[in-house]
Amino acid sequence: MSKVKQAKRPLSKAEKRSKLINWSWLLVSLVVALIVWFCLSKGERTGRSFPFVPAVIDGMKTMLDRDALLGDFASSMISVALGFSLGFVTALPMAFLMAWYTPVRKIIEPWINFIRNIPALAYAPLVVIMLGVGRTPSVVLIWICTFMTMCITIFHGIRNIDNTLVKAARVLGANDMDIFFRITLPATVPFILTAVRLGLSAALTTLLAAESTGAQAGLGMRIRTLQTTFETNAMLGYIILIGIIGTLLNIFVDFIERRLTSWQEKREEA
Amino acid sequence: MAGEAGRGMSAGRDVKIKIEHVVKEYHGDHGTTVALNGVDLDIWENEFVCVVGPSGCGKSTLLNILAGLHEATSGECRLDGKPIKGTGVERGVVFQQYALFPWQTVIQNVMFGPQMKRLPKAECEAIARKYIKMVGLEDFEDSFPKELSGGMKQRVAIARAYANDPEVLLMDEPFGALDAQTRAQLQTELLKTWEQEQKTCFFITHDVDEAVLLAQRVVIMSARPGRIKRIVDIDIPYPRDQATKSDPRFMELKAQIWNEVYQEYLEVRK
Repeated sequence: MSKVKQAKRPLSKAEKRSKLINWSWLLVSLVVALIVWFCLSKGERTGRSFPFVPAVIDGMKTMLDRDALLGDFASSMISVALGFSLGFVTALPMAFLMAWYTPVRKIIEPWINFIRNIPALAYAPLVVIMLGVGRTPSVVLIWICTFMTMCITIFHGIRNIDNTLVKAARVLGANDMDIFFRITLPATVPFILTAVRLGLSAALTTLLAAESTGAQAGLGMRIRTLQTTFETNAMLGYIILIGIIGTLLNIFVDFIERRLTSWQEKREEA
Repeated sequence: MAGEAGRGMSAGRDVKIKIEHVVKEYHGDHGTTVALNGVDLDIWENEFVCVVGPSGCGKSTLLNILAGLHEATSGECRLDGKPIKGTGVERGVVFQQYALFPWQTVIQNVMFGPQMKRLPKAECEAIARKYIKMVGLEDFEDSFPKELSGGMKQRVAIARAYANDPEVLLMDEPFGALDAQTRAQLQTELLKTWEQEQKTCFFITHDVDEAVLLAQRVVIMSARPGRIKRIVDIDIPYPRDQATKSDPRFMELKAQIWNEVYQEYLEVRK
């Protein structure tokens, strides 16, 4: 895997053009979003919820002055990083166990499918009662949600490995160990990356529930407190900030994906 | 039935593979399916045998048993007198779906077998280069499978099988997915390789032209239950090439075999 050499070649004219077109569309999308946002901010009722850009920036400045913004951001990122990491290191081996041992799959898979449909907010109090307030319950909630998403995704990936590849390796003299490290693992990498993408997204969407557990700081916790004081300027800013963090994480996964799975046959985009 | 076919050509040669009363049954949800029902066949050292028959006649099953990927329900296959148990590097397999490892470059794919023998890296590379050259892909050593055409992929798969220097080559409709021109070219190349570096070849196809062009003996299988219907000696001298297809004897044998296969096909459709 590490030996993947990527030919550095200049982009062809057609590729440059299609790249330019993609960026242009993104720009158009952004402009339209701003127009819609602007219209909403001018409406009598909608304006209360959607103040326009200057107001939001103002709101964020206030939060900076209150010494809240950076702390909230750091706190949330720590919870997300811890919860996601725990989710990942537990989901990966569990996915393999489920793929290899039928009893494990038969017992665990229904649990995951059952719990996955319950909003984390619903069982957050149970975790707090068990673990007390503070960072621990936040991390545990993110762990649970990311674990379920990633475990199922990786598990399906392992099951979908093309069996002919395993056969081909076998007839070339590979033993079980070789098959795991040279076939199963590299063949699973694309699914692991998809799992990471979904896991990160799950971590962010769980943030509000995770920080409803008596957290001292955090983006999710702040959004809730700002609700009570109707400070929509800052609130909208925080909401958008979560979206930006998600987008950046996605771009980061895209980058890793390109490096690790450039060997994949891509289906042509329509 | 199998009988004592191949008398004239087999004089003074050793039996490489002995297939004795092989039966294979699959137990599925809809009862038991008999894939092979008592197959007997002797394959001589360095012989080129083609197996033809309608889909579902168990020809792939037979190949999988010879490869050691499946086990016979009863009966036995022997290689040099020793019962076949599991896969072995002395039996190379080429699959219809190429089965190249997509995350590895051409040279890494071809090196796989030698690496499984734990040979030093330099030696693995030297072996791989030799066979990549044999199939004429020197310029594509560092390409990934996704960058190759179907014909090139199958050439890599053949080089990969050869790199293990097997005594027996088992090929499961290797050219089935290729267009007519590429197929013709690969047939010619395979004939040349076989004439130079003789190996025992067990080649499955449903293309009667291909079977008659390549083989010393063509084994016709009948479906339901899968067994050998007849064995035809192809008494056309080597070297053969695409021009052989206009030889009157070729056309005669082809018509004869085609008719029998078609009869079997009609039986299956009933």
